Amino acid sequence: MKVNWLKYRKWYFGLSGLSIAISVFGLIRWGLPLGVDFRGGTVIEYSFPSDVSTEELDDLLQQSGVETSSVQSVGENYLVRLGQVDRGVREKVLLDLKARYGEDTEEISFENVGPMIGSELIRKTMYAVLISAGGILLWVAFSFKNVKYGVSAVAAMFHDSFILLGSFTILGHFLGAEVDFLFVTALLTTLSFSVHDTIVVYDRIREISRKHGGEFSDVANNALNETMRRSINNSVTIALMLLSLATLGGSSVHWFSIALLIGTILGTYSSPFVAVPLLVTWLEKARKKQVNT
Amino acid sequence: MPYHSVLECNMHQRAGRRILLIFIITVVATFVSLPSEFGLFGKTFYRRDLNINLAGISVSRKFDLKLGLDLVGGSRLVFEAETTNMSDEERDSALTSLREVMERRVNLFGVSEPSIQISRFEGRDRIVIELPGVTDTAQAVSLVGKTAELNFAEENAHSEEGFIPTDLTGADLKRAVVSFDQVSGKPVVVLEFTGVGGEKFAEITERNVGKSVPILLDGQLISMPVVQDKIIGGTAQISGEFSIDEAKAMVIQLNAGALPVPVNLVSERTVGASLGRESVEKSVKAGVMGLSMVLLFMALFYGRLGMVADVGLVIFGVITLALYKLIPVVLTLPGVAGFLLSVGMAVDSNILIFERFRDERKKGINVAWALETSFDRAWDSIKDANIATLLTAFVLANPLDWPFLHTSGPVRGFAITLALGIGVSFFTGIFVSRTLLRTIIGRGGKR
Repeated sequence: MKVNWLKYRKWYFGLSGLSIAISVFGLIRWGLPLGVDFRGGTVIEYSFPSDVSTEELDDLLQQSGVETSSVQSVGENYLVRLGQVDRGVREKVLLDLKARYGEDTEEISFENVGPMIGSELIRKTMYAVLISAGGILLWVAFSFKNVKYGVSAVAAMFHDSFILLGSFTILGHFLGAEVDFLFVTALLTTLSFSVHDTIVVYDRIREISRKHGGEFSDVANNALNETMRRSINNSVTIALMLLSLATLGGSSVHWFSIALLIGTILGTYSSPFVAVPLLVTWLEKARKKQVNT
Repeated sequence: MPYHSVLECNMHQRAGRRILLIFIITVVATFVSLPSEFGLFGKTFYRRDLNINLAGISVSRKFDLKLGLDLVGGSRLVFEAETTNMSDEERDSALTSLREVMERRVNLFGVSEPSIQISRFEGRDRIVIELPGVTDTAQAVSLVGKTAELNFAEENAHSEEGFIPTDLTGADLKRAVVSFDQVSGKPVVVLEFTGVGGEKFAEITERNVGKSVPILLDGQLISMPVVQDKIIGGTAQISGEFSIDEAKAMVIQLNAGALPVPVNLVSERTVGASLGRESVEKSVKAGVMGLSMVLLFMALFYGRLGMVADVGLVIFGVITLALYKLIPVVLTLPGVAGFLLSVGMAVDSNILIFERFRDERKKGINVAWALETSFDRAWDSIKDANIATLLTAFVLANPLDWPFLHTSGPVRGFAITLALGIGVSFFTGIFVSRTLLRTIIGRGGKR
């Protein structure tokens, strides 16, 4: 079965454009749901021996004199987000909760991040992205002896990470997802995923054009046909692992697995439908220019 | 013809040796990756650790997984050192001794396998302390984070409040111990001075007979004993309103020495032991579930070939786990995610090869040749593609400790397991499955 994938190039560009537009909308309208790692503040997870409702817990915390920014139930436990609190307040809150819900009330985890850490995390992430992207660009350009290959691969890579950011504005707004340092890890992994798939397709393009030659768009199209099943099957196996991690792995890695999952899907999509069409269009335009001059 | 058969014979011999090698590696890796105690068919088995004593050389190695804070429970404290007005040289030496003093305090506190690191980013100096098993951070923070500068002062005759510090400080201490006051039964701290310190103390007490010698810790008055007579024995006693725990903490701080620069707590993270256990259970469940689905998928989609890939995948699993124990890699929750991700990626090379194989077979090429071509061709793209992934893993793991990149443990844990997974998948995805397939197809061809 041979499909002329590249015939529908405009659709792919359209779909990517739409996704990017939605991401821009999400970023402007809701912004990234920055977690405590970025904003600074405190997150405490409590477990209670008796039944608790979020409203009741919120009220009780207000009475204890702390300003909560959110109270959320996670599995059987409750996650409370606060501003910066000192040790005295933290201990008083635990005592109040014990008095109300029983002695077995426990502080399961506690996280406090100073206000300076967040901006550093952002800057370090930017450096990490720039170094990875730069390295990948050079590597792809070097192994395929053409800068256009590298630029197209990196463009697809940024396409993926931008849409991943956009999807988290939506997940954050509607489902309470948060962007933390694990998300940063997922973002960087998406970069490498994306380019991993792209290189496999590029490699096939190089092989076919060496063996048979021909019009570049035909070569690229053959390469897409030959690698399509592999791309899909490979991302299915990765998705199977990540799906079970997202559903069974517990709350700490839930959104991390979801972010990796979205990244995997985007990375698989962008190689045949963003990187290669971009490359083909670019090379065709360059050729036309050469012919004209 | 004869040439061909010789070649084939060689290939079979080589394949035999390779299978043996794979078998041995698998058995060793399985052994290492087993838990130290496990139940099978209603019986309990124990895995022994390496313990060899031969001709005076003893090799002993425990094969236990090292789990990170988020899996065993514990706390991570980040202190920022006040080094803003220091020259580079001063700062370097201050930070080095800061790290040493904190390490001594933590060790005296009795935490097993703590980790203490300096991290520097854009002019800010931080000390990151990880304390496995410690969940009461109130005590840990005050113990580790206090400057603990001890000073003996003299009363200021001209004003009511002020004290005049002397040159007798914590640096003149030989050691400090907790003791109990014989009259009141309250905990006290007994100080033993060095020779020079003892002389200084004698001078000070001589000057101040009938007056008090206030003892200050970090500028705070903790005790104000009145000198009855010149003290020449070189010991002093601090009594005050403190509990036995506070006395112990003070002793640790005094013995470890004062911090060369004051520090502030800027970030803190504590995970309870129960949450850690829960995370381990859940990760194992997710791993088993995901792995079985991948195994099933490969078998359903690629039939016999898929089952060979499955064998390779299981070998991948045990080798990776064994490497975690041998290197050792500290396994954190993101690290577990990295491992699971690498399982998903490990079959990539097989899928790539099998798809290629399918195409080659369609062209009418015989099985053995199609297989060889697929493996050879797939190797190029796997290599090129994985180098890109390794590059990102390198940036995330930041092995050279570049200060402008992340140095945080969890991100590192993820990157290291991911990189390791890719490395092992080179071996299992290409070498193992190629050898297995050659053998199977070789035999099938003879029949």
